[in-house]
Amino acid sequence: MAGKTLYDKLWESHVVHEEADGTSLIYIDRHLVHEVTSPQAFEGLRLAGRKPWRNNTIVANPDHNTPTKDWDKGIEDPVSRLQVETLDNNIKEFGALVYFPFKNKDQGIIHVIGPENGTTLPGMTVVCGDSHTSTHGAFGALAHGIGTSEVEHVLATQTLVAKKSKRMLVRVDGQLGTGVTAKDVALAIIGKIGTAGGTGYAIEFGGEVIRALTMEGRMTLCNMAIEAGARAGIVAPDEKTAAYLEGRLHAPKGEYWAKALAYWNTLKSDEDAEFDSVVVLNGAEIAPQVTWGTSPEQVLPIGATVPDPAKETDATKRTSIENALKYMGLTANTPIEQIQLDKIFIGSCTNSRIEDLRAAAKVAQGKKVASSIKLAMVVPGSGQVKRQAEAEGLDKIFIEAGFEWREPGCSMCLAMNADRLSPGERCASTSNRNFEGRQGPGGRTHLVSPEMAAAAAIAGHFVDVRTV
Amino acid sequence: MKAFTTLNGLVCPLDRANVDTDAIIPKQFLKSIKRSGFGPYLFDEWRYTNYGEPGMDCSTRPLNKDFVLNLPRYQGAQVLLARDNFGCGSSREHAPWAIEDQGFRVIIAPSFADIFFSNCYKNGILPIVASSAQVDALFKECEAQEGYRLQVDLASQTVTTPSGHSFTFDITPTRKHNLLNGLDEIGLTLQHADKIKAFEQKHQLAQPWLFA
Repeated sequence: MAGKTLYDKLWESHVVHEEADGTSLIYIDRHLVHEVTSPQAFEGLRLAGRKPWRNNTIVANPDHNTPTKDWDKGIEDPVSRLQVETLDNNIKEFGALVYFPFKNKDQGIIHVIGPENGTTLPGMTVVCGDSHTSTHGAFGALAHGIGTSEVEHVLATQTLVAKKSKRMLVRVDGQLGTGVTAKDVALAIIGKIGTAGGTGYAIEFGGEVIRALTMEGRMTLCNMAIEAGARAGIVAPDEKTAAYLEGRLHAPKGEYWAKALAYWNTLKSDEDAEFDSVVVLNGAEIAPQVTWGTSPEQVLPIGATVPDPAKETDATKRTSIENALKYMGLTANTPIEQIQLDKIFIGSCTNSRIEDLRAAAKVAQGKKVASSIKLAMVVPGSGQVKRQAEAEGLDKIFIEAGFEWREPGCSMCLAMNADRLSPGERCASTSNRNFEGRQGPGGRTHLVSPEMAAAAAIAGHFVDVRTV
Repeated sequence: MKAFTTLNGLVCPLDRANVDTDAIIPKQFLKSIKRSGFGPYLFDEWRYTNYGEPGMDCSTRPLNKDFVLNLPRYQGAQVLLARDNFGCGSSREHAPWAIEDQGFRVIIAPSFADIFFSNCYKNGILPIVASSAQVDALFKECEAQEGYRLQVDLASQTVTTPSGHSFTFDITPTRKHNLLNGLDEIGLTLQHADKIKAFEQKHQLAQPWLFA
């Protein structure tokens, strides 16, 4: 019999009950909650007279609606304010392990604050009413997004009704070149397998390149598993995982730490484990990536030219390319390096951690944002990230270069607050989705790494960060 | 949850692949703390020519006359015909809420994104996976024939076209049972409360730090 994959182990260690057709009840260890997808779930509990099964598994924080400047003015949009206040009231009523209300010094993006406070641990099941919950798979946790009905289900029962996914291994061999990041690896994988390539699968990321990534790099990679269609992305924990977690607020302490380490050591795929699908990439062949279209799979290396629909033989794909070029205001065969930009966004649950900011600051240091750029903004992922960056002087580097240095939140990744593109504006963004209207109606998004975004801000157009 | 048994419904074809949840319901409408009232904002950026805000009266907004949902022949449609990877992107359940509120109860596509697919079942919507060839045929028939309707029967897991051609679809027995009977999933799970408690005790012994 073949050995087990890490996903098998995580799944099997959480099955509470299984029906004949494989539909299972899975126990949930960590429930992350934000203001957008939870109000209807708490209301459902209230209407049914139910209480959270285990409220000390809840880590909550408003992030999508919160403004990134002028915090003294509060939340000006009354609809946004009501949603954030509703979360305050729900947590007050139902309780939580961690709650950082708006303006708390540690508030931030839920997928940034979870790990940095040690509330995401290897071997856990982690859910949140947010598709980028896959981020937490970087710790060897089974982590994925759920809908609001499922949020209510987890609150009420501490379980999720689920069926086991198929298992995919994405192995990235070799080494990444200088200037090539976890973001580029994620985009290259999506470019290879497509946005539906991982549908129905849990992806385990392995290989030399993944082992060499820092924990923050692994979070960036797992964050974008959902953009490849996979609800969950997982990286087996190792000494880097332990080093990252040790001493964090909610990480195990004392005798539990040693016990936890021993258990975490078992969390890897067996050598003879079989996957339902295996995809292999060579890290050395990955160049900095830039999306040109309206789906993350519409991505190319920086040196490429915008595709020509006339060369596509598949009718549906040709229509997709034509629609994307039209929406993006691009002409076929334009070199990506010639695409001029209006705005720059460095932030989001994909790329707003301290290493992202350090990398972007390194590119921006001593330079100026091009005069053609209307706005270049840096939005740290959390209060902790912001304080760390300021202690290192990164804020000054950004401000001197002409970037705006903002308060933490989801910001222009999805533009639920005031940070958004105007119709037709083109943005180099370190976020995760380039869908139509994602950063504002009519806005045009190109996904890149923090280094590439910073370099584009300086040049006013895309450039190969390896050459600057 | 609303039960689903059978439906004879007008079909609306949405001929685009990778329709994402941002397109289904743009983010500004996610600020609502209710779970109803999203129907008028379904496909908002494709459906209207002005920018929609929550609470807006959509009856007076300028329509994009070319968008399929606005064509007179598809008014009152209950079956949405779609292409590959429908519902990709975010986990927002506002997407199926908007689809259901607009009046759709069935979506037929060659493939769906995982989270959207499971969100449909929680809201009495039946997502049907059909082969690409089958979906292609339905698109052609639907566009050729005004008033094109499909008969969907969950008990027998069949879809029947106006010409009498039928095809079957897969659904897990658990989902089928819950949907046919409109069962409350939380209530069902709580019938296993003793099992959950027993699991929890065992889990705590194995990984006590998760309960510290």
